[in-house]
Amino acid sequence: MSLPETTTALAPTERRDLLPGIEPERTLDDWGRSERVEGFFDQTVYEFYYRIWFRCEVEGIENVPGQGGALLVSNHAGALPPDAMMIAKAIREEHPRPRVVRPLVEHFFKGYPGFSMLLPKLGCVPAHPANVQRLLHDEQQLALVFPEGRKGSEKLFKDRYRLRRFGRGGFVESAMRARVPIVPIALVGAEEAQPIFAHVSALQKLTRLIYFPITPTFPWLGPLAMAAYLPAKFKIRFLEPVPTDEMGERPWEDQSLVQEVAQEIRARIQEELLDMLGQRRSVWFG
Amino acid sequence: MPTASRRILVTGLSTYWGGRVAQELEADDDVEAIIGIDRRPPKVALERTEFVQVADHHTLIRRIVQGAELDTVVDTRLVTDSITTTPRKAHENNVIGTMNILAACSGPETTVRKVVFRSSAHYYGSEQDDPAFFTEEMRRPHPPRTPIERDIVEAEGAVRDFAAKHPDTTVTVLRFANGLGPDIRTAHSEYLGLPVVPTILGFDPRQQYVHEDDIAGALVHAVRTDMPGIYNVAGDGVLALSEVIGLLGKPMAPILPPWGTELALPLLKRLGVTIPPEMRHELRFGRGLDNRALKATGYRLRHTSRETVEKLREHQRLHPLLRDQVGPYRYEREVEDFLRWSPSVRRPDEGGWRPTKEQVLELRRALDALEREDRSGAQR
Repeated sequence: MSLPETTTALAPTERRDLLPGIEPERTLDDWGRSERVEGFFDQTVYEFYYRIWFRCEVEGIENVPGQGGALLVSNHAGALPPDAMMIAKAIREEHPRPRVVRPLVEHFFKGYPGFSMLLPKLGCVPAHPANVQRLLHDEQQLALVFPEGRKGSEKLFKDRYRLRRFGRGGFVESAMRARVPIVPIALVGAEEAQPIFAHVSALQKLTRLIYFPITPTFPWLGPLAMAAYLPAKFKIRFLEPVPTDEMGERPWEDQSLVQEVAQEIRARIQEELLDMLGQRRSVWFG
Repeated sequence: MPTASRRILVTGLSTYWGGRVAQELEADDDVEAIIGIDRRPPKVALERTEFVQVADHHTLIRRIVQGAELDTVVDTRLVTDSITTTPRKAHENNVIGTMNILAACSGPETTVRKVVFRSSAHYYGSEQDDPAFFTEEMRRPHPPRTPIERDIVEAEGAVRDFAAKHPDTTVTVLRFANGLGPDIRTAHSEYLGLPVVPTILGFDPRQQYVHEDDIAGALVHAVRTDMPGIYNVAGDGVLALSEVIGLLGKPMAPILPPWGTELALPLLKRLGVTIPPEMRHELRFGRGLDNRALKATGYRLRHTSRETVEKLREHQRLHPLLRDQVGPYRYEREVEDFLRWSPSVRRPDEGGWRPTKEQVLELRRALDALEREDRSGAQR
């Protein structure tokens, strides 16, 4: 390399100290999150779904650290998944030290009009390794990731609660690099809130959406269907954190270790899901 | 450790950046000689910078470099904005020009110890799957889409090769975010100067700016400090476009359709609004830079992105009132030569009190301490 690398050569403390200061006059942060817009949604939409519609029940909230970065990892379901907002709301409502959660979303949304405007305002961040590193390590924030990605949200109703592949373990790598713990989450209810019965690939190509599902409300209600969920009972269980800072000097370079940890986390969430489903008596009342 | 820069060549003297850098360097008593070259005469008044009107042919520049035993080259000549010239001229200047300047600095008996190259954040482009903050070692995720971006990537490639072949020369590349300020005319200042600002429906891209004072400041900082490598220069803070337009107190008009935007642009052009190709993606996806590497070298940015936009608003308000008060500067060789060399001219700094360097330094230290106090107060 002829020209030295300048940012990567910075010491961890420098990376934190040199972050831009907060300007109190601003209503948005550097990621585009708007306290006002998020607060509005929190008081209205989230509040309604959290308390009345899904009647969320939360266990193990003490497993979410009160300070420092952490990567929350959850299972994913629903055509337009409601799980991210419910987890964020749960931490805001139940945690002794309420914290902001930054859901990591696909790059797809940045290119889609409307979503591209709204999602950053609600605190969502595109899932780029550099973004995750900055959030978790430099800014010490909570990030929420769904390693199944769209494979989780597009799966059909008949495959409910069967976890898809956990990507390529990128989330474990990111947490290792940032030296923050991983908090697995098992969430029951989202699968029934917006079940997908089939996909129409011809219409998907025509509309350029990531997928074109047939759900109880879509496409019959059009865009309104995005917020039309069935009133399933939600249960969110935060599991014990998996520390990543005691795995050696540069654990992210050991691909087998990364895969092993990813597998282990996936297995724990799956096991916990089966346990919760076994205890569940009704989809609607829990 | 290379010695401090004393004899400096500034290319692109007639550009805003070249002129400002020369002005700032003139104030430094340790700098012995400042030579500025360009095809056109400078647009700002200069006290002791010597201007040589020359096309960028490497043999000519080499003669200047060797003749004056220059130790530092500040290359500010890159065209990073397609509103200033035609694509063909821009390509000639950016690719062939860079090659020539670098050729003039190389060779076994060269005296050049430092090259400071002004580049642009257009190097990174603006795409859907970009990181929120580009760091310097990131490659573009996609090949360049517009002529200007292609030029910048190619020019930087040449600089990188030069750095590899000349390990003893300190090579600094500064990638600037979009510049704004009262004296600088860019595609962005034109765009934000419109009475109603058109945007793409359903998009609110992240925008980052750098104030013109910081552009000059960072270039001079790179001359004075030893900082090999690539550095992003951008104000702290990334704003949403809606926030920028709000700060300017203008109405935002989301009239560009999200699909088929390219087809709507010719219509907009008929109305007198030109959006250059390299800006089109910025209006959709935006861009943010990580400026921590620059801050780690000790440079303190004078304005954040928000402050830069606020300064622009002040300027936009005052401009119609002040427009005709000061005539533009015109370079006339005869007049310049007379004023500089004629014994009949009375020079202002003979006699009279001027603060010594130590006094100025002490004042700056005191001001810095004050500002630091202010800042820590604000954080609390």
